[in-house]
Amino acid sequence: MLKINEQTIPFQAGTRVKDLVDIYKPGADLFIVNGYPVSPETVLADGDICCLIKRGENPTAEEMQSLLVARHTPGVHEVVKKAKVGIMGLGGLGTVVAGALARIGVGKLILADFDVVEPSNLNRQQYSISQIGLRKTKALKENLLQMNPYIIIETVDGRLTEESIPEVFKGVDVLVECLDDPVIKAAALRAALTHMPGIGYVGASGLAGFGDNNIIRTEKIHDNVYIIGDGTSAAGPGHGLMAPRVGIAAHHQANQILRILLAQD
Amino acid sequence: MKITCNGETKEITSDTTLVSFIRDMKLNPDTVVAECDGRIIQRAEYDTLILQEGNVLELIRFVGGG
Repeated sequence: MLKINEQTIPFQAGTRVKDLVDIYKPGADLFIVNGYPVSPETVLADGDICCLIKRGENPTAEEMQSLLVARHTPGVHEVVKKAKVGIMGLGGLGTVVAGALARIGVGKLILADFDVVEPSNLNRQQYSISQIGLRKTKALKENLLQMNPYIIIETVDGRLTEESIPEVFKGVDVLVECLDDPVIKAAALRAALTHMPGIGYVGASGLAGFGDNNIIRTEKIHDNVYIIGDGTSAAGPGHGLMAPRVGIAAHHQANQILRILLAQD
Repeated sequence: MKITCNGETKEITSDTTLVSFIRDMKLNPDTVVAECDGRIIQRAEYDTLILQEGNVLELIRFVGGG
């Protein structure tokens, strides 16, 4: 069988990508097979998933969904779309982690923050000027649904505590700590280790400033429990949080979440 | 007496509490997760837990920023 723009057709040996264009998508000029762009001369194999795209065309809603998943690596997407990930804190780390997870199609995200978007957030957090004053949960949900409308997003407004975390995030596959205050960072890890056995957990410590890229590390603390950062670069006067280095740490977090979901460690 | 902290041997006096050990390491106890012989120690216990010879302690320290 072959899957062409979400239609399943019988497989015929020797079929090339360009043989399908006139039948399934006349004028197509971009060809994705199994999540990767290929030339129109590519010979297809049984089981291939093929997406034919006409650049600049406004797709229907159904087409849109298959186009959005076209670059998702098959097998990976099947796993992540069933996954549920909780994100604690929607600042420089949380907004970037959430964006990466939405784009790869993680099926369910729980977004938690107590705050509203304010101008000083915009140096590193993925919000825009038009969103100043909105709750971060609402603003980020809006942004993520513009990236990928085919995921489910739950929001939790209010301050998290060591006591509330296990209840709020009950049932998640991975819990991500993107908080700012080191006291609640420690409390969140303690809550997870004490009350959420077996959960995947990805925290962060030490990502301020513009220090060396390569001292930001992903350290394994326990099975499925990781802390990311350089361990020492605290945010403080003269040593602010900046988009580049916070982004490095956030993408360490996002990739580690994916690795946990795919059972890679 | 000796304990192991984050893989290193440390010499401490016999009545050292966890909280005083963490402070001696120049850390703020509220920003540290402590595991002693594989058990996660709750924050309320830091002040009363007296370290014993041979304890294996793991301290996970957090700094601010997110």
